[in-house]
Parts: sequence; structure tokens; C-alpha cells
Amino acid sequence: MNGSYVLNLVVIAITSSLVSNVVLSQFLGLCPFLGVSKKVKTAAGMGGAVIFVITLSSLVAGVIYKFILTPLHVTYLKTIVFILIIAALVQFVELFLKKFVKPLYEALGVYLPLITTNCAVLGVAINNVNYGYDILTGVINGFATAAGFAVAIIILAGIREKMEYNDIPKPFRGMPIVLVTAGLMAIAFCGFAGLI
Amino acid sequence: MKTCLERLYNGLIKENPTFVLTLGMCPTLAVTTSAINGLGMGLSTLVVLALSNLLISALRKVIPDKVRIPAYIVIVASLVTVVGLLMEAYVPGLYASLGIYIDLIVVNCIILGRAESYASKNKMMPSLFDGIGMGLGFTVALTLIGMVREFFGNASIFGFTGPDVYGTTIPVLLVELTNKVFNPDSASNFVQGLNHFFTGEFSSYSPIGILIMAPGAFFVLAILTAIQNVIKAKGEAKGKDMSKIQSGCSHDCMSCGDTGCAKRLIEPEKVSKKVETEVEAVSEEITGKEEN
Repeated sequence: MNGSYVLNLVVIAITSSLVSNVVLSQFLGLCPFLGVSKKVKTAAGMGGAVIFVITLSSLVAGVIYKFILTPLHVTYLKTIVFILIIAALVQFVELFLKKFVKPLYEALGVYLPLITTNCAVLGVAINNVNYGYDILTGVINGFATAAGFAVAIIILAGIREKMEYNDIPKPFRGMPIVLVTAGLMAIAFCGFAGLI
Repeated sequence: MKTCLERLYNGLIKENPTFVLTLGMCPTLAVTTSAINGLGMGLSTLVVLALSNLLISALRKVIPDKVRIPAYIVIVASLVTVVGLLMEAYVPGLYASLGIYIDLIVVNCIILGRAESYASKNKMMPSLFDGIGMGLGFTVALTLIGMVREFFGNASIFGFTGPDVYGTTIPVLLVELTNKVFNPDSASNFVQGLNHFFTGEFSSYSPIGILIMAPGAFFVLAILTAIQNVIKAKGEAKGKDMSKIQSGCSHDCMSCGDTGCAKRLIEPEKVSKKVETEVEAVSEEITGKEEN
């Protein structure tokens, strides 16, 4: 493991967590981003669950892609295989946590089923393959992407908690003002483009 | 035949997936940077949706109830792979600009939502037309949003800027006109604005570039949902049933189970029971009102 490889990992981590943030610039995982961001506490729970699932699924998807799909020359089946792996993995993780890691299950359990059909999970797995990342890079990319999601959803939840008592024009109450907030956050995140 | 036409109307207008139900927001925001991208994404979703509805309806008696969601996902994912490979071969430019969002059609709530709520219960022809109708509704919506964003953000429509007028292009002129008329900073009143417009001072003009960038997508959707809110409030004031508007994911993920999203895909039995009880409650309410 030489220096340039590690540097590359750091650049990838910064890029996928901040510069091209998964929700604010790639629009993946919007449903939970808009739906579960009313309170900071639930947003943090959701963020934690997403970090957990995406990191794990990029590892499993990477291993299966490298050791099963590539040797068999069926890489074009990746979409089908990945979505099934992710769905099975989430169910398995839920059962596993319920049985063996009670505290973690209590913290993340409610959010796990919501994540199965989250496009961010499948998106990261496919991106890892499309960009030709090896397994370690893929896992780092997955973790960083999910961390970017967590940061974005927690910030949005914080703003929404403050916004609760604001006098918003009637048509903009509810979803529209949340979207405007997200848009302003996206502008702010554009600033990270100067980092690399 | 009548049902088929009714399904088309339903998908295009009555239950338009984007403008009414607010489903499938990820691709809507991501690919509508230009009209042609919106059209391309809409059409590929249309093909997948129509064929998946057809196949699922054809197999509805074969697929065991307990594993139907994985079965649907496999069918949809296979179709997406086929569409993706075809696009890569014949329209590589469009495929490159839509990128990962073609693969992500698999997790589009519209497709599994239609499979679950329509195709799994109806005959093949109506299901096919239901898919086509919903797909057309989605295509029209994405193209319109793409046109608006491209028009204001890039001063072109479908990449086409038209012949030069007053030494500039027609879309630029139109954007400039709206700017001058609606923006009090650049013109103190309407007449002055028009005057300014026809004397043709465009040197300082540049399109509102942010609209085709990521933040612009959020702003466009914010305006769209605000319009939905207004229509909903007006309809409710008149006593109409407006529950369909924004019944998609955008409200609250924790309770979106019955509208075509995550939770329903995990625990179908529980949620369908929930829907049934809700339907019962509503029908009781209605009969109660009639009695009163």
C-alpha cells in the first residue's frame, strides 16, 4: 500500500462525502432525506443506519462482483444481482442485530426496512463498479458517501427544527420550504468543489 | 378498449406520477437538466414500466404471493438491463448523460407501485396500457420540467436556440422579456421594461445558470410542490377529494407504507391490512355523512 494509493483514497472520500454529496448533488436517497428529517434524533438514527448498510453492502457487492460475476463473465447482470443482494442483506442484518446486538437494533431497527429500496444503496454499489474501484476503495467510497448523507440529513433536520416556528407563506408550508432549504444547502455544498 | 383509454387518461392526467402523486423524485430532480435528458429518461422508464406491467400481469397467477416482491424486482431489473444495453448500443450519448439513473429505474417507486397496485390484479391489456399511461405521464412531466429548466438555465429548448433576432436568439429574448417585466430592479415598471426590451440592450444578459445545476432542481421542485399545495387547498375548500395530490414519498417516509414506497415492499400483509382498515374507515365515514 503506497502513498499515492492512500492519497487517492482520501480524495475519493472527500469527493463522495462533500463535493458530490449523495443527496444534494446526485439526488440519491431523497425519500428518507425529505421524509425522516423532522427531528435531529431520528435523522441521526437514519444516518447511522445508512452508513451501516451502505458500507456493508458495498463490501458484499464488491466481493461478489470480483469473485463471482467477473470470473463467470456475467458482469452485465450486476443490477439484478446487486438489488437482490441488498434486499437480502438488509433483512439478514435486521435479523442478526435483533438476535445478537440488541442495543444497535434498538437504535437502527426502525430505519433498516426503509433503506432496502433506497436508491443510494444500489447507486453506490453500481458506481463502485462503473468507476472500476477495487474492494477497499469501494468500501471507503461507500462509507464516505453514506457519511455525506448523514451530514446532510442531520443539518437539514437541525434547520427544520429551528424553522418549526417560522411564519412561512401558506403555499410554501410543508414540503416546499424543505425543498428550498435543501436547495440552499446544495448551493453551500457547491462551495466544497474548491477543496480538490 | 374503453378501459385501455381510461388507463392512459388516468396515467397522463388524473394520477400523473410526478405532478399529482409526486413519486419517483430522484430521477425527476437528477436528469431534468435539459429537455432531451428528461425525454430520454421518461421514455426509458415508459418502456420498462409498460413491459414490466405486461409481464407481471401475465405471470400474476404463477408468482406465489409470498415471494412476489423479489419476483417483481427480478423482472424489473432484467428489463432495465435490457433497456440499458440497448441504449448503450444505439444512443450512447444519451446513455452517458443519463448515467447511473438508467440502472436506478429498478428502484423507482412508480414501477413497483404499479406492479403491486395494478398489474398484479388485472388482465394483461389493461395492465399494459396502465404502464404506458403512467410512463407517458412521467415522460411528459420530465420533459416539461426539463424544458423549463433548460429554457431559463441555458436559454434553449431541446438544445435548439432558433434563428437570431435583434442580434440574439429567441429563447434569450423571451427570458430577457420575462426578466425585465417581472424583475423590478432592472425596470421600474412594465412599460419601461418593454421599452428597454425593444431597444435591445442584451449585453449584460446571461441565463440563470443555477437552474440547470443541482440547487436549481430543488428550487424547481419547491415551486412545483407549492403549486400543488395551492391547488390542493383550493380543491379541499370546494369539498373535493384531493388526497391523491402529493400522496407519494415526499410527505413522510415513516408512514408512506400505503402509497408505493419502502415499507409496503417489506411487510405487504400488514400494510395491505392497514389499507383495508383505512378504506373501511373512510367508507364508514362517507356512509355516516350520507345518513346525517
